[in-house]
Amino acid sequence: MQGIYLDNNATTRVDPAVVEAMLPYFTEQFGNPSSLHSFGNKVGLAVKKARMQVQELLGAEHESEIIFTSCGTESDSTAILSALKANPERREIITTVLEHPAILSLYSQLEKEGYAAHYLKVDGKGRVDMDEYKRRLSDKVAVVSVMWANNETGSFFPVLEMAELANAAGVMFHTDAVQAVGKVPIDLKSSKIDMLSLSGHKLHAPKGIGVLYLKRGVRFRPLLRGGHQERGRRAGTENTASIVALGKACEMALAAMQHENTEVRRLRDKLEAGILARVPHAFATGDVTNRLPNTSNIAFEYIEGEAILLLLNKFGIAASSGSACTSGSLEPSHVMRAMGIPYTAAHGTTRFSLSRYTTEDEIDRVIQVVPEIVAQLRKLSPYWGENGPSAEPEKDFAPVYA
Amino acid sequence: MWDYSDKVKEHFFQPRNAGPLADANAVGDVGSISCGDALRLMLKVDPETETIQQAQFQTFGCGSAIASSSALTEIIKGMKLDDALKVSNQDIADYLDGLPPEKMHCSVMGREALQAAIANYRGEEWSDDHEEGALICKCFAIDAVLIEDTVRANNLSTMEDVINYTKAGGGCASCHEGIEEILAKVLAERGESFKPVPVKAKEAPKPGKLTNLERIRRIEAVLESVRPQLQRDHGDIELVDVDGKTVYVSMTGACAGCQMEALTLQGIQAKLMEELGELVKLVPTRAGSLARATSQP
Repeated sequence: MQGIYLDNNATTRVDPAVVEAMLPYFTEQFGNPSSLHSFGNKVGLAVKKARMQVQELLGAEHESEIIFTSCGTESDSTAILSALKANPERREIITTVLEHPAILSLYSQLEKEGYAAHYLKVDGKGRVDMDEYKRRLSDKVAVVSVMWANNETGSFFPVLEMAELANAAGVMFHTDAVQAVGKVPIDLKSSKIDMLSLSGHKLHAPKGIGVLYLKRGVRFRPLLRGGHQERGRRAGTENTASIVALGKACEMALAAMQHENTEVRRLRDKLEAGILARVPHAFATGDVTNRLPNTSNIAFEYIEGEAILLLLNKFGIAASSGSACTSGSLEPSHVMRAMGIPYTAAHGTTRFSLSRYTTEDEIDRVIQVVPEIVAQLRKLSPYWGENGPSAEPEKDFAPVYA
Repeated sequence: MWDYSDKVKEHFFQPRNAGPLADANAVGDVGSISCGDALRLMLKVDPETETIQQAQFQTFGCGSAIASSSALTEIIKGMKLDDALKVSNQDIADYLDGLPPEKMHCSVMGREALQAAIANYRGEEWSDDHEEGALICKCFAIDAVLIEDTVRANNLSTMEDVINYTKAGGGCASCHEGIEEILAKVLAERGESFKPVPVKAKEAPKPGKLTNLERIRRIEAVLESVRPQLQRDHGDIELVDVDGKTVYVSMTGACAGCQMEALTLQGIQAKLMEELGELVKLVPTRAGSLARATSQP
């Protein structure tokens, strides 16, 4: 079955050209890039080329600012823990309530270890209060970490401006940009961003490869010590095949940047408008005028997300949900809760995330299928009457919660 | 995606008895705070015989919540109220050939809706009597509230205590950090601090009086003797391996991941010890769930 894959914020298919680029590094190009002989030397050159391809996509000033890691989470942890080690006298850390668990779980662990963590609150569209942010910045703060784009809604945080403010206050600034890299133009050399995380599998490279961008001159303490790989900043033999793959994927993402922001955006807008025109009591969440071109997160009121996904899956359509039941933890989406989306809508949030492979036919099919699915589930919902929500949904159905 | 049985999927895709019931004379509205799901159960009870003539549901919830609601209505139709009250959440889960441990609360919600509906019919006030916490031990589906209460009530102080009293942490052991946090919290309340004591290493297997072959034959005989009973409940048990004093078995069908699994195993373990005349430990492997997971396309 071919299937319609609209879950590209979860992971992407590896581009065939990327697979082709990496395959030789499993076979004849098996050398260790650290070796002096010709087996290793060629691989070393390939890693260097990949590093420059990543540098190009990020608009970094120096290729040595690119550190290959195993994933976005490793990059995040490395960045935050480095900032703390480099600034042992600073015991406060700042982030937002909308971050990915890669940051939130780390911050909550750091709180147990005695750090004071400040979580910037957001409004109904997921925007931070910049005045609160400015108030929090001080010489007690070791690091600020703010995501470039939110994985659920696609909404941007003003990271460039926030980095300027942190820099002016003498505070290190990290951004988790795993959703943004490859989808929006980035020029790090003209920014005050000290550290940035990216993840290969979000931009058509394989899983298991990430990057930490570290601006030249930013004080750094490695997470993994050992060999001299990555200039001693991330020890461990390089994942050469995946590094080469990521380089190729970055080159292709740069070439497709225009397409991403015109054609992919057009299809996303068509999908969202098409669904909202056909499904009553549904709305797009997040800051819809300021978000990634590929993401649409729609809240379908009075029904639950996992049920929507199971039915979509039956039609071969893959999406994801902020509903409690779709995560292993049963926690409802912290993103939707933080934005104050009502319970009966937050549970029905469904994320459609496109890629440059998404076609018009696929979008048309989804627009056709979704209204049927929503109607089918609403028939089962105690909040729903004959042809619409019951007169006073929250009052007509007020269960005893256990 | 969740490891749903075919029965769960079938009841989700083709729910039985869904939608409002106009002439219902018993209605129960309940929700589960742990996931935000909610369910309205509507019954038509014959006042003469107190028999449930018709049962319908409306559910705001995930696949297993809808399937549990559907299963519940099928189970209770035609039952007398007093018999219906005896339907447990385990009966609902069994009817569906089991639910993933994280989803057992969906079956609990079903049972509660039934109690609430019957209370409503009888003009009584229904209130919930249990509190659910974050799921800690996924092997045995044990939540934080249960662990904390047990630690407090029994003055427990080590990981081994918690495993012995609740079974939590007795499986894959990856939840030990969470259990230690609970121990540290409760111990701090008592003015003590948590000191990690290594969980006792397995004793080296000592040769018993029986030969290995005899032992394994006896173990197999015990398992054979309990199988019909498990099969009646849509489950089964198989011997996987015997390593010294540990007998590994695979619980399949409805038994895999079932909340009653612990009790079932305890019973079989007691039988084994009786039969072998030595202490043995019966450990379920997850082979059952694995087989189901890998058989899916």
